[in-house]
Amino acid sequence: MKHHYALLAAALAIAPLAPAEVPGNIAIKDAHIVTVSGADLPKATIVLRNGLIEDVGTNVTIPPGTWVIDGTGLTVYPGFIDALSTWGIPGAIPAPAGRAAGAAAQSPPAQTPAPAQALTQAQQQNPIEAENAGRPNVHGPEDRPQTYSFERAADLITPTDNRLEAARAAGFTSAATFPNRGIVEGLGAVIDLSGERGRDMVVAQPVGQQILFRVGGGGMGRAFPASLMGNIAYIRQLYLDLDQYKRAKETYASNPSGNRRPEYDHDLEGLAESPRILLPADQAQQIDRMISFGQELKVPYVLYGLHEAFKRVDQIKQANVPALISLKWPVAPRDADPTDIPNYRDLVIREQAPAVAGMFAKAGVKFAFYSDGVDTAPELKRAVKKAMDAGLSRADAVRALTLNAAEIYGVADRMGSLDKGKIANVVVTKGDAFDDRTTVEYVFVDGAMYQPSKELQQGPPAGGAPGGRRGTTPGNDSEGGRN
Amino acid sequence: MRRILSICTLLAALGGLSGAETILIRNATVLTVTKGTVENGSVLIENGKIAAIGKNVSAPADATIVDATGKYLMPGIIDCHSHTAIEGGVNEGTLSDSSMVNIKDVINPYDINIYRALAGGLTISNVLHGSANAIGGQTIVIKLRWGKTAPEMIMEGAKPGIKFALGENPKRAGEPQGFFTQGAAAERRYPGTRMGVEEVIRESFTEAKNYQAEWKDYNDRVVRGEHPIPPRKDLRLEPLVEVLEGKRYVHAHCYRSDEILMLIRVADEMGFKIRTFQHVLEGYKVAREIKEHGAGASTFSDWWAYKIEAYDATPYNAAIMTRKGVVVSVNSDSDELQRHLNLEAAKTMRYGGMTPTEALAMVTINPAKQLGIDDKVGSIEVGKSADLALFDQDPLSNYSKCLKVWIDGHEYFDRDKDLETRPKFQQEKKQLLDKENAQQGQRTGRPAGANTAATPKEEGR
Repeated sequence: MKHHYALLAAALAIAPLAPAEVPGNIAIKDAHIVTVSGADLPKATIVLRNGLIEDVGTNVTIPPGTWVIDGTGLTVYPGFIDALSTWGIPGAIPAPAGRAAGAAAQSPPAQTPAPAQALTQAQQQNPIEAENAGRPNVHGPEDRPQTYSFERAADLITPTDNRLEAARAAGFTSAATFPNRGIVEGLGAVIDLSGERGRDMVVAQPVGQQILFRVGGGGMGRAFPASLMGNIAYIRQLYLDLDQYKRAKETYASNPSGNRRPEYDHDLEGLAESPRILLPADQAQQIDRMISFGQELKVPYVLYGLHEAFKRVDQIKQANVPALISLKWPVAPRDADPTDIPNYRDLVIREQAPAVAGMFAKAGVKFAFYSDGVDTAPELKRAVKKAMDAGLSRADAVRALTLNAAEIYGVADRMGSLDKGKIANVVVTKGDAFDDRTTVEYVFVDGAMYQPSKELQQGPPAGGAPGGRRGTTPGNDSEGGRN
Repeated sequence: MRRILSICTLLAALGGLSGAETILIRNATVLTVTKGTVENGSVLIENGKIAAIGKNVSAPADATIVDATGKYLMPGIIDCHSHTAIEGGVNEGTLSDSSMVNIKDVINPYDINIYRALAGGLTISNVLHGSANAIGGQTIVIKLRWGKTAPEMIMEGAKPGIKFALGENPKRAGEPQGFFTQGAAAERRYPGTRMGVEEVIRESFTEAKNYQAEWKDYNDRVVRGEHPIPPRKDLRLEPLVEVLEGKRYVHAHCYRSDEILMLIRVADEMGFKIRTFQHVLEGYKVAREIKEHGAGASTFSDWWAYKIEAYDATPYNAAIMTRKGVVVSVNSDSDELQRHLNLEAAKTMRYGGMTPTEALAMVTINPAKQLGIDDKVGSIEVGKSADLALFDQDPLSNYSKCLKVWIDGHEYFDRDKDLETRPKFQQEKKQLLDKENAQQGQRTGRPAGANTAATPKEEGR
């Protein structure tokens, strides 16, 4: 933490509206403090020092030399965590329609250039390697198609991703960020959304391996696997191979003399290192399928998507599986044929998806939220509010965005609540979190202070995601421009 | 929201979630298929099974009585070749042998085609992988238990299968400008000829035999008390070993007589059996050989000439093969045809002079035999599952309508209830749409209900 001041200075450079001089010790006095782990403290003080929470409570001594913020009328929450993100990996934009769908549409490899950052060093240096990054020449599972299990978010993240500022403006201080290439997408990291360099941002890694089924091309004329069943069979074979690999390594380790050594396997090492896998499950049948698949693979697993989970609350509860709910609520498609009448199931999903979180809270399912391409502060806020309007209490919403996410990734010992000794990830609002008129006054990431601008919090004029809503500003309407 | 849930519950109830009741279907023309026709007959359903059939069947006091006067009761229809309810691609056509993929993994129980097929009296589908490759994926037999989850639809005790395909489809997938690769800059995939198709099958089974031997050796060594490292489990070869061991059926898509004989030769050489030849349009030329091999034939009623290998066909195919002693079924291969397989079967009466019972057998007991489930379903017999379809008149008539369908004694389709719920369902849908439009109107400042009015063009102007 000796770099703390330098780090802070860098952070200030990024956040132009941050105060020019901020001492290392900050106290917020007489504020309403939502600790999440314990009782709400209507009038209490929190002290941040050296990037950590020094103290929190009603009877706190503020050390000398501390910069004191009068917290009267302010509410203090733990920083929010995006539970499945690409924040910090510029160019890694979630697949627009399919990320949660469990079967993302796939465009031909030529049209999906991998982000430069996502290429390994070896690939950058070797053009043939780079060309084979998509591994088009696949003759079966043994060629490990679309497998980047070894790629590390921790090696890819950079503080220059311009989405970070918007995320902080919505009160997010952290994210579980994953590379997003291929079917086996790589090792995620829990990061803080501030730092001088990528490595400053890493809190814990690896925290999981994200699986995304890539389906397309009519099932033919593409490299294996092109169908959903092909994707599933591939992952199944991969985990069987992993078992075999582990067994061979153990056998060799116990008796190396006189035995051939097992070959080192890059792909399987990445898989072996992952403490859990994230499986896509948006619709009810996908949830059924992934619960049984996760159980079959015998690895700790987490479901993501969950927009039709209102039909499967009991099953998810019974399976005791954590769930990550996409904040990209399904809405009417933007450019739908006006004469198309949506089918009943889609209409019900659009109506009910935001209610899933409330149902999970009531049933005791461990869940968190993830941004899924919703990147601006007002949209993130509105998306959470939508779940609250559909029955989720504010306390449960805050918990989902903080301690739940930290618990799911096994980092609750260092973040997710306002407790002494945890990382100083803190968001200070005027008004209750997610309400329309609430503003974010301060955000502390690893102790570094930001004051998000009003412009960022209000966001660009209406027009973008979450999905479907057509902008009223003609300039925002690309369709209008073409007509 | 409560209203939505109530509709959901209603739909679920329609979907056969009511308990297994005792039901007496009274005074119907009972087409048992295997035991003749019982005029003014009754069928008693108890615990999901057919408990009694006859002219005078007394019902227990708690039985639900279905008056079927003037109506026709037949066994639930069975489709030996279907691609219904598959999510995320029917083909894994990227490899010439994709036996590691399994249709069982991707059944979508919400596919509306299931319900529509039910409404035509279909109760069982043999859901197959597509025909893009010589050895396609593993297949599964489902019961159309609409409203249940995918695992609950898998038919208990039905042996799983694997799809083979011969001829144009597997070789066309190897052509850059082929039917299946249009527009895609795909590399050629082996094989490009019929010779290649044969070689793929022979090669895969050779590998499977080696694999089988490898595992046998391992197991023998374990029995001897040694501690060898187990061989790598190969999901591609496992199902082929099951075929060799008779634990999995082969359903082979084919058209021409020469390729049918080719597959019989390869099967004999490798030591496995073909359970059914599918489509098998030139089956009439080699019916004797098919019978001798012990395979069944599942064909189309009168569908041909849609590609070169489907030219030398005749609608008499089913009848000729039947007369030569082959067990023949008529299949759909289509979400549309599966809704009226009874009429497809009826065509064998026009072409080939099948009797009504023989025609009905083509979509009931015969496919049941081909799938190895004829001890459970396929005819109206005491002890079999109560998979039944009630028609308003003879199901072999063009004018017949399916009225009710039971699977395992549960009612899964009722025409009257369906018609009754439609207005309510439409109203529910309209409310959802109106609500969505209203919200959209609020946000965009347009009047409520303007969803459809806000076309991209208008927006742009």
